[in-house]
Amino acid sequence: MRHILSILMENEPGVLSRVAGLFSGRGFNIETLNVAPTLEAGVSHMTITTTGDDQIIEQIIKQLRKLVTVIKVIDLTGTKSVEREMMLIKVNAEEGKRAEILRIVDIFRCKVVDVDLDELTIQITGDHGKIEAIINLLQRFGIKDVIRTGAVAMRRSMQ
Amino acid sequence: MELTGAQILLESLVREGVDVMFGYPGGAVIDIYHHLPQYPLTHILTRHEQGAIHAADGYARAKGKVGVCLVTSGPGATNTVTGIATAYMDSIPVVIFTGQVPTPLIGNDAFQEVDIVGISRPCTKHNYLVKDIKEMAATIKEAFYLARSGRPGPVLVDLPKDILASKTTYHYPETVHMRSYNPTYEPNKKQVRRVVDLIRKAKKPLIYAGGGVIASNAHDDLQWLATTCQIPVTATLMGLGCIPGEDPLFLGMLGMHGTYTANHAVSEADLILAVGARFDDRVTGKVTTFAKKATLVHIDIDPTSIQKNVAVHVPVVSGCREFLSALRSEIEPCLKGDDCLPPHKEWLEQIHEWATTKPLHYESKPGVIKPQAVVESIYKITRGEAIITTEVGQNQMWAAQFYKFKYPRTFISSGGLGTMGYGFPAAIGAQMAFPDKLVIDIAGDGSIQMNIQEMATAVCYGLPVKIVILNNGYLGMVRQWQELFYQENYCSTCLDVAPDFVKLAEAYGATGFQITDPDAVESTLREAFALKSTVIVDVSVDPMENVSPMVPAGKSLTDMILV
Repeated sequence: MRHILSILMENEPGVLSRVAGLFSGRGFNIETLNVAPTLEAGVSHMTITTTGDDQIIEQIIKQLRKLVTVIKVIDLTGTKSVEREMMLIKVNAEEGKRAEILRIVDIFRCKVVDVDLDELTIQITGDHGKIEAIINLLQRFGIKDVIRTGAVAMRRSMQ
Repeated sequence: MELTGAQILLESLVREGVDVMFGYPGGAVIDIYHHLPQYPLTHILTRHEQGAIHAADGYARAKGKVGVCLVTSGPGATNTVTGIATAYMDSIPVVIFTGQVPTPLIGNDAFQEVDIVGISRPCTKHNYLVKDIKEMAATIKEAFYLARSGRPGPVLVDLPKDILASKTTYHYPETVHMRSYNPTYEPNKKQVRRVVDLIRKAKKPLIYAGGGVIASNAHDDLQWLATTCQIPVTATLMGLGCIPGEDPLFLGMLGMHGTYTANHAVSEADLILAVGARFDDRVTGKVTTFAKKATLVHIDIDPTSIQKNVAVHVPVVSGCREFLSALRSEIEPCLKGDDCLPPHKEWLEQIHEWATTKPLHYESKPGVIKPQAVVESIYKITRGEAIITTEVGQNQMWAAQFYKFKYPRTFISSGGLGTMGYGFPAAIGAQMAFPDKLVIDIAGDGSIQMNIQEMATAVCYGLPVKIVILNNGYLGMVRQWQELFYQENYCSTCLDVAPDFVKLAEAYGATGFQITDPDAVESTLREAFALKSTVIVDVSVDPMENVSPMVPAGKSLTDMILV
């Protein structure tokens, strides 16, 4: 099962390598990883998506908590949370196909960020499902390139 | 007070209560060695950095204090990696100081540069590169705090040469505050009461004790629990000595080379209290059949150890000492009233029957020295009062099986990593910790050759370490596996060419003995142990002797190959 882990950690050199090394050294898999500073000086936030059964996820979380530079680890899976990922996708858009692609862009509330004679580069923001859905839809036009940020996620406010 | 980085290090070591450190100088750490004579610190110059780290580890295990190792950059640092991994696997508190090239050169592939922080990341509890002289004192304080607190382990501090030479005002922090590191020592009270309840209801309880009992000095409370509640105890290799080897409640070690009694007790028990043990694969055998009839209670200070290899019913994150002490407080009042804990008469009788019908044993052969008999002789002579270190392999298992460890911290062996070449330098460390005790390294002819150069260290400092080589001319444990599971294909395990160990000892200025006659074993060992010098006793033992019982890898604990 796919899990989203939200990790707060000290912003020190080598922290990313400690986390990534923990995953590789123990045979766990990182699907996506995103890291950036928080508002608090010296603290970074990392979002990792990974897959595994309950026992593996429990081990991953415990091992992460064991790292001296990790302050907090939360598994957002199954909690009320907001998840977003950004993707840039370059797709074939020859004459005759362009209108349909733009319609999809419109429906998905994406944005065209670059245009050429026979291709469009589209920016999409959304959760995992939305990103996968648009890739599926655009596949038949011919996808030339894709780049994704990996998920970022946050707990919803308690309402 | 303005001090250089090198002085800050030495000053801080003194404040941490360090009196001995093991090391090897080099260009990057000359500043430290330059100031060293002015501080009340004994430095033991080993002949290899691996010797230094194992000696620091052996010192830590024997003394219960943090061991310290100081080496230079590049190869000096990488030579410690095996020793760091050894300490990490067995949760031994060691602080390793490595020299590093000057900060402007870091990353430039400078002479003797290596990213030791990167290399040692997976095998240290934590590590540091000091990039600012102002952080140095606080980093050292943190390193010692991390090494000894929670689940202990090795911590590495990398010190660039320019940082060691630069100056700052010295202030050593009194306390450490790390928001991301707060080990849980005290157990949850409800869980403790639950465990008492389980003990009360159990008909076949068993304690399974590991190295955590010894690391946290919980042996007295463990023995109290075992004796008061009449619960038999089995121990991992790392747990040996947690209760006296001759205690009638002690069943011996469990697992691959465990006793028949211990392995059957685990399989029949209805309650297992696993205290400071981590269910290593050498202990559990086939996990799916391990302790199937038991309610498993697992006490460990490290949450990652719990539910890692086996599913437990009652997980308790706590220090072993704190848990056992809380358990004692709960149980003691029950003993006074009518609410007494029931005895487990039938269970103890069953265990007694196993122990008497299937004890550890070996077949004697006329004119042949059995390695087990050598270990028994060592026990007879020392009466359990010696500190025993071991190398790795058959020698280690025979020592674990046939020496009855009387006290904690008297069995010093590389458990988790199984590091050949560990025992002798570790013995040097243990002898430094206890200069007046008899320290014996039980070795194999293969293992001892992995760090034999430390003979010079032992002789140089007048350390009367005794090395007893159970010499069978083979890498015995691998040979045993080849015999049993690889159609006797003894590929590359026969050590055809071996040094004359007596001459070797003499070449280093030590004393050498050779034993080839079974009748001479005890008398020669007595003579060797009485000497106040470094001694090698080379004992020619039966080359084809195997360690038994044995549970083949991946089999259930009760599928034992007996003699």
